[in-house]
Amino acid sequence: MFYRRLFDFPTRGLRSPLNELARLQQQMDKWQGALSEGAFPIPAAGVFPLTNVTEDKDNYYVRAELPGINSDELDIQVTVKGISISGERKIPVEGNNVKYHRREREAGKFSRTINLPEDVDVNKVDASLNNGILTVTIPKAEIAKPRQISIK
Amino acid sequence: MTDSETKEIQVKPKQEVAAPAEQTKPGMVFTPSVDIFETDRELTLLADLPGVTAESLTIDLRENTLTLTGEVEPFEKANEEDILIEYEIGKYYRQFSLSSLIDQSQIDAKLTDGVLRLTLPKVAEAKPRKIEVRT
Repeated sequence: MFYRRLFDFPTRGLRSPLNELARLQQQMDKWQGALSEGAFPIPAAGVFPLTNVTEDKDNYYVRAELPGINSDELDIQVTVKGISISGERKIPVEGNNVKYHRREREAGKFSRTINLPEDVDVNKVDASLNNGILTVTIPKAEIAKPRQISIK
Repeated sequence: MTDSETKEIQVKPKQEVAAPAEQTKPGMVFTPSVDIFETDRELTLLADLPGVTAESLTIDLRENTLTLTGEVEPFEKANEEDILIEYEIGKYYRQFSLSSLIDQSQIDAKLTDGVLRLTLPKVAEAKPRKIEVRT
């Protein structure tokens, strides 16, 4: 929530009809922008990999699409304030005698740092890489968790 | 790919498909990035399909049209609240017209870490043959 208010990130998603409306609006803006500026805006930070951050009561979830990257090629560092993901995507050379028709997949190094709104517990971070999707589960620090207050 | 050692990956937003056909299910459809290359014997297609499993991927080849469809199940839990959303989750769809004749019985597909590797061998007639010129 903090991020959204501060930087006005695109909050696209199909979670509610309201969001869907916002998305439509955004798309209209995009077309309008394309007409006047001749370029599409790059989403959010514009740094690879594109990342989604969500939260529930206890954890932050950081997800990124990293197809074709092995877990040993990834370096994930979590501090109390945020997370940094870096690595290199390698696309092996396919022999000398090949003729490329299309080459859209990109190789190269990447590094991304994301600040989290609240402090986190660095000792219980869990990361998994499944079908090219990285999921990092970061528990919130005890002090940052919401607490139920009962009224006497 | 000698320059890849130093190059940084540029961010590329997911490309939404304009309208492959009338959708029966709600949700967004994206075009996967692909590499396609050819040797004398076969055509190879590499596609980035993050989140697609072997069960949810359909590869269809008929009348020289290759169709890739990958369903992605939303991996967020219902009670999660968005903080920062930079990419959408949706299915993947892309069609290709194949020019050379493909041996349909020999097609091999492998999906590892969200990357599909599709090997399409050419039929014997389509493979180039060296013709000896007699003098």
